[in-house]
Amino acid sequence: MSYREDVALEGVSLSVGRGEFVGVIGPNGAGKTTLLSVINGLGRLTHGRVHVLGKTPHRRDGYLLRRRVGYVAQVEPVDPRLPISVRESVMVGLYGRLGWLRRPGRSEWARVDAALEQVGMTHLAARPIGHLSGGEYQRVAIARALAQAPEIFLFDEPTASIDPQAQHEILDLIQDIHRRNHATTLYVTHALDTLPRACDRLVLLKGGRLWREGPTAAMLDPALLRALYNGADAPPALRGG
Amino acid sequence: MDFSFLQHTYAWHALIAGCCAGVTCALAGVFVVTMHLAFLGVCIAHAAFAGGLMGVWLGFDPLVGALAFSLGVAAMVGPMADRGDITPDASIGILFSLMIGLAFLFIGLVPGSRSEALNLFWGSILTVSRADLAVLIAAAVIMAGGVTLFYKEVQAVLCHRHVAMAVGIPATLVFYGMLFATGLTIAVSLRIIGGLLIYSLIINPAAAAFQLTYSLKRMMLLACLFGVLSCWTGLAASFLWDLPAGASIVIASCIIFAVAAACSPKKRVKAWKRAHTAG
Repeated sequence: MSYREDVALEGVSLSVGRGEFVGVIGPNGAGKTTLLSVINGLGRLTHGRVHVLGKTPHRRDGYLLRRRVGYVAQVEPVDPRLPISVRESVMVGLYGRLGWLRRPGRSEWARVDAALEQVGMTHLAARPIGHLSGGEYQRVAIARALAQAPEIFLFDEPTASIDPQAQHEILDLIQDIHRRNHATTLYVTHALDTLPRACDRLVLLKGGRLWREGPTAAMLDPALLRALYNGADAPPALRGG
Repeated sequence: MDFSFLQHTYAWHALIAGCCAGVTCALAGVFVVTMHLAFLGVCIAHAAFAGGLMGVWLGFDPLVGALAFSLGVAAMVGPMADRGDITPDASIGILFSLMIGLAFLFIGLVPGSRSEALNLFWGSILTVSRADLAVLIAAAVIMAGGVTLFYKEVQAVLCHRHVAMAVGIPATLVFYGMLFATGLTIAVSLRIIGGLLIYSLIINPAAAAFQLTYSLKRMMLLACLFGVLSCWTGLAASFLWDLPAGASIVIASCIIFAVAAACSPKKRVKAWKRAHTAG
């Protein structure tokens, strides 16, 4: 499978059960983001097969499957003058499910408001999206995914580029969402100190290959991690809820 | 002031044409200004201009040439920008230079009097025919209707294109649709506004509206208002003081932008953002 023109993952065979919380770790360039992009059908599959919720995401109608998958990317730069409010931005999460020509009604706005309340952003609902801090922006991204009511959550380095306090709060929020919704969750990070403790299983990627996978405690063996990161990162101290 | 010019049919035709062109150009402007692709509007405008000139040279309707070229460029720019082999700025710049080159080539090839070719430079809003009006009204209805029907898809792609793709909106299709709508708008407005002036009517009203609001709906309404106001103010100045209509319209749109920029609540937003988003 490839991301843009480079082949980023090879020989990966991975199965994730319904309701599982799977952490994906590895150094930069290991293929973590590519793995998520293949699951939601936005990455290009050059060989092999992918089945998500019983469907193939890489067909022309892959966008129908994406309506059932919530994706939270890392913080991205947003034009502070962008003409869209926090509440409208969360509503975008529901647009795919609404389909062509249907407008959001009262029930959709109620779902948006409930999602904003769950992430603690009700008080900023009317604020322009570009006026948020990194941590606030990520809460909105999570609310957007929540409003979508997905069967799978994909988190791609959601705590990157935000301050430690906000990272801690986002991790708590993600774990709380998993506890409440029991949705299948894949969480990607290269920084081990932002790995949620709620992960049932860890997948270790290295050089575009699935290097190891297993129960979280076993995969966090310091010797294993030193080998994974080639000694570049210190062994982790788990944190989070 | 002497408003007796309103007794003439050509003046009413010009005002209706200005209203339609103001609305369609402003909505196309909202697309390119919000996506920070203003140069794309300029590039498509020059493509329409080159296509129109080819029509003049080869003796077919310039509208057909303008449509073919502007839609062709719109179809090329989207995939080029998406593939990422060349940066969007560079790819649009290369196409822009090609279109300018072709425009001047076709002008050079036009035999005999070049008055029709020069009309495409400056536009001729004061000589709009009933057929031109019908085309302009149809374009305005298609553009405004399309934006109304597909508002949520347009909003998602303009403000959150990557999110739109991830939540299952066919974002690439919507993006290309907006580029095509921009091409169509420019092609049908070319004859009345002129190839050298049309992109001002696309960029300026939308850029002025962008300065004044954080709501996309309000931005679209304001842009349409500014587009129509630019056309009508320019036309009034042209009728009252015998000024060139196209140039008056462009200058009116620039004045509206300058006033909006001076009154903009977004002026200090970048400094505010730096101060408040350390976390």
